[in-house]
Amino acid sequence: MAAKTLTIDGQMVGAAEDQTILEAARDAGIPIPTLCHLDGLDSVGACRLCLVEIAGSHKLQPACVTVVAEGMEVRTNTERLQKYRRLILELLLAERNHICSVCVANGHCELQRLAAAHGIDHVRYGYQCPKLEVDVTHPIFGLDHSRCVLCMRCVRVCWYIEGAGTKNVSGRGSGSRIIDDLCQPWGESETCTSCGKCVHACPTGALFYKGATVAEMERDRGKLEFIVRAREKKQWIV
Amino acid sequence: MARRILIDPVTRIEGHAKITVYLDDEGNVSDARFHVVEFRGFEKFCEGRPLGEMPGITPRICGICPVSHLLASAKAADAILAVRIPPAADKLRRLMNLGQFVQSHALSFFHLSAPDLLLGWDTPPATRNVFGLAAANPDLARAGIRLRQFGQEVIEAVGGKKIHPAWAVPGGVREPLSAEARDRIKSRLPESLATAQTALQVFKGLLKKFKAETKVFGNFPSLFMGLVAPDGSWEHYGGHLRFVDSGGEVIADELEAARYAEFIGEAVEPWSYLKSPYYKPLGYPDGMYRVGPLARLNICERIGTPLADAELDEFRSHGQGAVTSSFLYHHARLIEILACLEKIQEALEDADLLSTRLRADAGINMPEGVGVSEAPRGTLFHHYQVDENGLIRKVNMIIATGQNNLAMNRTVAQIARHYVRGDTIPEPMLNRVEAGIRAFDPCLSCSTHADGRMALHVRLVAADGTVLDEAVR
Repeated sequence: MAAKTLTIDGQMVGAAEDQTILEAARDAGIPIPTLCHLDGLDSVGACRLCLVEIAGSHKLQPACVTVVAEGMEVRTNTERLQKYRRLILELLLAERNHICSVCVANGHCELQRLAAAHGIDHVRYGYQCPKLEVDVTHPIFGLDHSRCVLCMRCVRVCWYIEGAGTKNVSGRGSGSRIIDDLCQPWGESETCTSCGKCVHACPTGALFYKGATVAEMERDRGKLEFIVRAREKKQWIV
Repeated sequence: MARRILIDPVTRIEGHAKITVYLDDEGNVSDARFHVVEFRGFEKFCEGRPLGEMPGITPRICGICPVSHLLASAKAADAILAVRIPPAADKLRRLMNLGQFVQSHALSFFHLSAPDLLLGWDTPPATRNVFGLAAANPDLARAGIRLRQFGQEVIEAVGGKKIHPAWAVPGGVREPLSAEARDRIKSRLPESLATAQTALQVFKGLLKKFKAETKVFGNFPSLFMGLVAPDGSWEHYGGHLRFVDSGGEVIADELEAARYAEFIGEAVEPWSYLKSPYYKPLGYPDGMYRVGPLARLNICERIGTPLADAELDEFRSHGQGAVTSSFLYHHARLIEILACLEKIQEALEDADLLSTRLRADAGINMPEGVGVSEAPRGTLFHHYQVDENGLIRKVNMIIATGQNNLAMNRTVAQIARHYVRGDTIPEPMLNRVEAGIRAFDPCLSCSTHADGRMALHVRLVAADGTVLDEAVR
């Protein structure tokens, strides 16, 4: 496989030809913030937090789905990018009801961590405060739409790792909702295998173990990587 | 011409309130009202949330007494899970509540009320605060601040943080107590006990000077309610409810908290966001009852610790049967600090306190549950109804301060009647009306307005609405 050479933030970086900018940057120790991306899952470029600048293009590109090219000049942390990332995070926080102080994921939440890392101490947009339900019909798990950022990690993990295809998305835009099967209560789903991968994939407090109280919901992402590695590389490394 | 005196805001209480005193044509007080002007809405917006979140959400009602809501909420959830929590969890919850009593009572006495009591009602507001107290009596002020800190540290040692620990959960508690944390509490007990005793001596020394206040600061017959232990002794977390009358007679006993709706009614008045609970058999408003330190000392047979019991005997000499002066809430509060410190001392000797078996696991087994616990300010009820999956359908909370609402109104009227003569705004009356309210240590929300800069706004308004006189300081 041919290697490509590019510069990321002024640093010369070598990458395999099918690698994404995100992978190349991480291999080189250059952090790029992500939210919808999860190692082991196919990237969809939905959250736009990993947008980067590429010399010669006015368009910002999502690092998670843009493949490297020879001689590419990438910048990951310009003032313009920081501005857009803050904007994206503020819009996410305003869109639904993210009440960190009483959330099951408080202290273990990727959205919270990203917001803190980007210096978000207030939100400039009007909170939408939608009245959203909590689905706790499943015997073990719960889904709180108030905390969902529609990253669709749960959908992808359910379809492409577990292969059950229970989780899906209904609606459009801000009216989108994560649904189970044909938009029925989770507890009535006939396809759900209760594997819990979606719960471990969730970046926020949207999916949780029932009975979890404030800040108790910690995810084990290692489990997902273990399964993917075992399946694809036949390596069972715990 | 009928007039109205408005005190807005009332300072050095927890929350937002104002007072209106109504005068009749002769300039005599016809009525007085204590208005709570804030609306929180917790009962409404908890609807639809999972039960497990309730002990996380409801402590946010208050930053002064989050532990009270935490425990009442966890107890209501225990009832819905239909579990008996592990004994060590019960003991640790009790320990945390004792810490909460110490810190809240110390705040009430040293930070909020001692400036009135020790500096005098008529000291200018700019110095009649905890800073003025620190200047006049630095040792006492420092000791009081450290006593509150000790209470906070007990909460932190048990629950991991001082304010809003999400530690008590449906079925028990999350974390055990470490031996190191236990020893840390133990090491600070002697100093705290000494401070509590000093404060009691100081207060008792002032009682002679405050004869008039003892007589008119909310001194009237009423019922008293609170929890008592199965043997009738002082209780703060378990036991059952008891009502006594002003003669000290037990009029209802062994009442189950879960059936509170059978004996407690909640009246709503259009001029306040605070409900007015009353004892149903006597009707509204005759069923007025008081809760909190004064009530707890009036309803119990004894406290059960030597130093506090000796103080209780002396305290009882202030009444025939029950002690009826609301001014003596301060006295009762200080005795309770002593009692809590002695009980903390006892609790720390229990080897089971360090047990790690702390949480009963169960699903939703009951459609509703009531949790009752004594908050520093009085009996606190949390009542939840859930659907079959544990989502909250309905919440009713009866807060300690609400239960004192009728008595606080009566207190304001009594003080105003005593000090208002003729058609001028008597300055001493204003300070005393506020102080009368402060004796109840009302907690109206999570914010403390203990700032000397806060304006006291008083208006004399004629019946037709014209402002006759106005004073702002």
